[in-house]
Amino acid sequence: MTPAEAAVLALVAGSVAFSLVAAVGFLRLPDVFARAHAASKNETLGALLGLAAAAVAFGPGQETVKLAMLAVFVLVTGPTAAHAVVRATSLAGATPWTREEEADR
Amino acid sequence: MADTLTLGAAGLVVLALVLVRQVAVGPTTADRVIAVNVVGTAAVVVIALLGAALGEPGYLDVALVYALLNFLLSLGLARFSIERGGLL
Repeated sequence: MTPAEAAVLALVAGSVAFSLVAAVGFLRLPDVFARAHAASKNETLGALLGLAAAAVAFGPGQETVKLAMLAVFVLVTGPTAAHAVVRATSLAGATPWTREEEADR
Repeated sequence: MADTLTLGAAGLVVLALVLVRQVAVGPTTADRVIAVNVVGTAAVVVIALLGAALGEPGYLDVALVYALLNFLLSLGLARFSIERGGLL
């Protein structure tokens, strides 16, 4: 196994692992605020690792520039979109889950 | 190396399917919008990984456009569905 193949394997495994954490967090956490917290950050990091794996597989060149643009874009827009959704929810009157509400669910 | 990339893309697709189920289940509109956003991000990565696996640099342009549209979709839904207090 060449160093590039090992790097691709490690980066892809990390990407899938962080996406798994995002999916589990989305399934298990109680309300939209906690879900956005789990999903947006883990998915952003997983996406960055996946794009890095693609960059290593393509090798240096024009593709690296495109993937770097994509990485910066994902890094900026993922948390921004999650923030916008959660802010809209908050302005609409939703309040975060607390332990006292647990009996109601 | 192509097998690794394809398998990683397959894993991301499976995890995205879990979130597609959450889009259907909800329970609130905001949950659905967050889930759609995460599915879109996963789709961007899957397109990039498949482009690398198949040796098709053109897929990266598709991924870029998809990322832009995904961002606009989330912002639009946040702006026009949740803030007005109604459902979709």
